[in-house]
Amino acid sequence: MVIILGKESKIIVQGITGHQGMFHARAMRDFGSKVVAGVTPGKGGEKIDNIPVYNDVDAAVKATGADVSVVFVPAPYAKDAVIEAIDAGIKLVVIVTEHIPFHDVVELVLYSKIKGARIIGPNCPGIASPGLSKAGIMPNMIFKPGNIGVLSRSGTLTYEVVNYISDFGFGESTVIGLGGDQVIGTTFIEALSLFEKDPDTKAIVMVGEIGGSAEEDAAEFIKKSVSKPVIAYIAGRSAPPGKRMGHAGAIISRGKGTAESKIKALEAAGVKVADLPINIPKLIKKQLI
Amino acid sequence: MVKLLEYQGKELLSRYGITVPKSIIIKNETSIPEFKTTSFLKAQVPVGHRGERGGVVKVNNKAEVEKAIQNISKLKFDGYTADSFLLEEEVPHDLEFYVSISLDRSTRLPVLLISKKGGVDIEKIEDSEIYRYSINPLMGISDYFSRLISRQLSLPDILTISLLQLLNSLFNIYKKEDAELVEINPLVLNSMKNGLIALDSKVVIEDDAMFRHKEITDYTSRWLDPLELEAKQKGISFVRLGGKIGVIANGAGLTMATLDILKNNNADAGDFLDLGGTDDPEKITQAFELINKTNPSALFVNIFGGVTKCDVVADGLIKAISEFKPKFNIVVRLKGFREKEATEILKSNGINSFSDMEEAVKKVIELAGVK
Repeated sequence: MVIILGKESKIIVQGITGHQGMFHARAMRDFGSKVVAGVTPGKGGEKIDNIPVYNDVDAAVKATGADVSVVFVPAPYAKDAVIEAIDAGIKLVVIVTEHIPFHDVVELVLYSKIKGARIIGPNCPGIASPGLSKAGIMPNMIFKPGNIGVLSRSGTLTYEVVNYISDFGFGESTVIGLGGDQVIGTTFIEALSLFEKDPDTKAIVMVGEIGGSAEEDAAEFIKKSVSKPVIAYIAGRSAPPGKRMGHAGAIISRGKGTAESKIKALEAAGVKVADLPINIPKLIKKQLI
Repeated sequence: MVKLLEYQGKELLSRYGITVPKSIIIKNETSIPEFKTTSFLKAQVPVGHRGERGGVVKVNNKAEVEKAIQNISKLKFDGYTADSFLLEEEVPHDLEFYVSISLDRSTRLPVLLISKKGGVDIEKIEDSEIYRYSINPLMGISDYFSRLISRQLSLPDILTISLLQLLNSLFNIYKKEDAELVEINPLVLNSMKNGLIALDSKVVIEDDAMFRHKEITDYTSRWLDPLELEAKQKGISFVRLGGKIGVIANGAGLTMATLDILKNNNADAGDFLDLGGTDDPEKITQAFELINKTNPSALFVNIFGGVTKCDVVADGLIKAISEFKPKFNIVVRLKGFREKEATEILKSNGINSFSDMEEAVKKVIELAGVK
């Protein structure tokens, strides 16, 4: 989706000298992304597979003109790393890191809005547009260029769904993993409005899960402002109340956030909801004919 | 989430300048004091409605406390038993308020809820009786908040200042202590002292922020299911469920979807276990050990290899099987990164794997003999 990530986007990796950062810097480059630099305080001057490492984001941005950062920095230091990126002028920050305190994220979201930057995540697999670029950790082999936009609160389940879509013969325009936390930088509504405007996207697949009311809010938005067909799957129909199902955000609390409530709201907004992930491509086919 | 006991919460409130009744905490029989003022003995368990369930008793002297402790110790509160008690002076009061700060996930901002109908569950208060105010954490509580609230709740002018102090304290706790919830219910008006006093406290600290709150002791997680506690200590995302089929999958979404697919086939999972994105075979051994202790009829391993490599999972699984020699059947479904290598590893060890999730689910249900 050229609006936020295109072939010319220049990506830095914060935390590039760590195991994950290194692995995914390579994988992004293999995907076709322009990974121009890495940042790890104290490791400036090193090179990871010919990618120069800088001590701070400001130096990396000045030297390379980077506009996107993928953050692998551990949770206790992640808030600082994201502020550093935003202050250096980065416009898209993808936070892969899991377990960042939500209080930190609430402030980061407010700060990003003041500075006109976009955050995707935290606790997310990032964003990928086959044929253009990828910023994050999604596995390269699942994608096929096409016109289905995918947005999701999960990681692995997203890969599974994208894989079904590709195997069925469709392909993806852009896939965005929004993240599994209670507070995330880009919401379903914000991502839906991007897909609605994206000329490369013909239909939208939304993968939601229990907890919060993001899907209900999205349903309201779809009813009013989305003209493209939307297909959804909601994970967690069999989840018990009061228990966190892996994701910090996946919890039914005080009777709110159930799969039933989300499915009902989405169906009332004209969204076709699949009972199983594997049935998503069939519903896409019906909607596109 | 780390749920603080009432007395821990009140210690926080007090430290941040909120008035709480005079009290002492009783952790064993020797610490029961002599006293004469009418007081309440309150079981320290992290559940609501303690009063209705006999967990809060009015007492007038030491002998009554001893008797009450004996009685309450026999009670179960949603599985919790009390081993500490708060002995607290009775506070005469007129008005009972509900007040809390928590996260509103839709606005991505903290929200202050306040009502004049306190003393009952927030769920039981009519929406029209609850006032909601979004707080921008970069700005904090503004002075006008208390003027606005005073007007909307028709409070006497004299309260405006103490309300403002209270709201500031409450928000400071919420933010500085990384709380998910700070709730006072009831907050009462003691007309003699013209002050606001917190008669109860409910404070929940976020798990992910505990690294910066080493001073907070988690007394309530020891009541967790022992296996859930073990998993928590090992950093594995694990929830005990009611069914007979053990589940190990990777990624929270995929694990939830796996449970849903079982349910779609009229079978129930015995657990939710999210392996996460791992390339550490040791993690698989740990996961397997947990499942082994749940004694399932069969185990379903559902992996989509992306960041996780299928062959690493296969290696870990073979190792775990030889270590624990499980009595149950295992069905593995692998798809994605290094699927072929993994299938070979499993095959040479006599384990069939599937690529198709539906087929695998049918097989595991058949082997579990659930239906």
